[in-house]
Amino acid sequence: MITNLLGMHLRAAAELVKTASQFESEIRLSRDDIVVDAKSIMALLGLEGAQGVEVAVSADGKDEEDALRAVVGLIEAKFNEDE
Amino acid sequence: MTIKIEKVVNGIAASPGIAMGNAMVLSNRDMLVPLRRLEPTQLDDEIGRLMRAIDLSKGQLRETRQMVAKDMGESYARIFDAHVMILEDKRSLDQVVTRIREGYNAEFAFNAVFSKHEKALWEKGDVYIKDRAGDIRDVRKRVLSNLSGTRREAEELSNLDSDVIVIANDLSPADTARMRSERVLAFATDVGGRTSHTAIMARSLEIPATVGLKNVVSQVEDGDLVIVDGNRGRVVIAPSKDTLARYTLEVERYAKVTKGLLRFKDLPAVTIDDRSIMLSANIESHEEVDSVIEHGAEGIGLYRTEFIYIGREGLPGEDEQHRIYKAVATRVAPHPVIIRTMDLGGDKFLSPFESPKEMNPYLGWRGIRFGLARKDIMKTQLRAILRASASGNVKIMYPMISGLEEVISANEILKETKEELGREGQAFDDACEIGIMVETPAAVMIAEELAEHVDFFSIGSNDLIQYALAADRGNEKVAYLYEPLHPAVLRFIKRTIDVGKKSGIWVGLCGEMASDVICAFVLLGLGIDELSASPYVVPEIKEMVRSVYFKDAKAIAEEAVRGTDPEKTKKMVTRSMGKGTPDMPL
Repeated sequence: MITNLLGMHLRAAAELVKTASQFESEIRLSRDDIVVDAKSIMALLGLEGAQGVEVAVSADGKDEEDALRAVVGLIEAKFNEDE
Repeated sequence: MTIKIEKVVNGIAASPGIAMGNAMVLSNRDMLVPLRRLEPTQLDDEIGRLMRAIDLSKGQLRETRQMVAKDMGESYARIFDAHVMILEDKRSLDQVVTRIREGYNAEFAFNAVFSKHEKALWEKGDVYIKDRAGDIRDVRKRVLSNLSGTRREAEELSNLDSDVIVIANDLSPADTARMRSERVLAFATDVGGRTSHTAIMARSLEIPATVGLKNVVSQVEDGDLVIVDGNRGRVVIAPSKDTLARYTLEVERYAKVTKGLLRFKDLPAVTIDDRSIMLSANIESHEEVDSVIEHGAEGIGLYRTEFIYIGREGLPGEDEQHRIYKAVATRVAPHPVIIRTMDLGGDKFLSPFESPKEMNPYLGWRGIRFGLARKDIMKTQLRAILRASASGNVKIMYPMISGLEEVISANEILKETKEELGREGQAFDDACEIGIMVETPAAVMIAEELAEHVDFFSIGSNDLIQYALAADRGNEKVAYLYEPLHPAVLRFIKRTIDVGKKSGIWVGLCGEMASDVICAFVLLGLGIDELSASPYVVPEIKEMVRSVYFKDAKAIAEEAVRGTDPEKTKKMVTRSMGKGTPDMPL
């Protein structure tokens, strides 16, 4: 669930890309039947992650477990937003 | 130069303060994108040209980032990291390169891909998403101008040699960042909401701003004298001598106010002779709650929920609404929040119901009329509000009441909703107060009967004035008739307050009159129990209340009701307000 106040806004999406790009695995975010690449800011902006929207995260690759942990951690930490 | 007549454009208050000065209009037109077909041998060079423009753009963005980080802090600077990231989006860049390989020039290929993203976001409708489209547009225009070597209009903002008020269709964060220049006194834009980057940055720069003015750009020319009222969300073009004098006074007062007034923040709104009123604030979005608290308002006197419905696809669900209402209620507790059920129609339309144009939208299908006709939508909202009432001090208010039957029907729906929630074992506050907006002359005249069914009245002065005086203030030819201190308006208000007192219910006022010091003084004198103003003016209204005598306000209000000329009333009020000094703790 997207928990920061403004939902998936620009800076949150940027943080997510930054985090996801540290991993080799393919990381995907999905909401309903829309699936997007977590390393693409354009794709994330289109996900329309308003506050309270539930998204699923999946990772596939060598470092998939770490990747999953990092991305879910970031979402739960409200994208490290300070407002 | 042609002589202009004063014109007032209303929008959204984005950053508090008032500024007057000469306009500088940024036309912000979308640039023309050239289309050229290229020979296969030219393609590698063209891709190289694109990459250089992108690198150049990224360099500029990083520079802006440093500048912003220094002046405004890391959190704003991160917007520009995201802009750089947009230019590093591999998939999009691959698409651009593919287009170039098909034989198109870099400008055309780049513009095609990025406009498509922008358009897709824009069409999703949600206000946040629209802002994201603006981010992409900003980046896109930067790359296009770097490709074509033209100077962006906004570059001029960084080397101004006189003070200006910037008027634009929209301002990107990068443009706004350039306005750090002391030369920019304020700005006003056609688009944008209170949560757009532009608004957020204006607040951090502490310059007044009004956004969402719809078409201010087309009405102003370079050099026109304009006033930006960021407290009330208004722009005055070519102000008259009177308006100018009034605002000059207000600017002086405001300078004093911003320095000293937050000292009253935690003190009650009580006159020298001990008459206290409740002073609360109006909001349109849950994001304004902090502003309500920072300015020392005692809760929210009007939460306009229609903005949850507007500019989106589909209707907001019960859980989504519940989360928002609950967040607001929890944040302002123990103070109350009065949640007004959606007032759609009039000038606000819900997209799926974008109904045939009404001849007279203000007299049409809106407010409670819409709610009772769309019981499903009304009920979903009531369920969400009632559930939120378990987490704070929540009151419910119906808009646009013109008949007794409407209140009875709305209360029946409310009762049904409560029974449903009860059966489901959902928590809610059964004693949650119910009120109505008194904004039609009809409601004023049957206030006795209405009072039997509700716990409070809140006078919606904006509509009440235009219905009472039959003058549309949006029509510049008759806007001069729109006079809050017209004796007819004051008699309607007085009647509502008197009936409230006789019936033992409290009466507030949540229109713009509450945000105007002079009107607020008269309302105080008429015996109002609550005033709900724009958050930014709450300190100013509180200062006024704390520095006057209720007995003076009462005497002046009584005279005004008897039929004094509004101009004379204003003079009397100003004189009386100058008498006292605020009861200020040192």
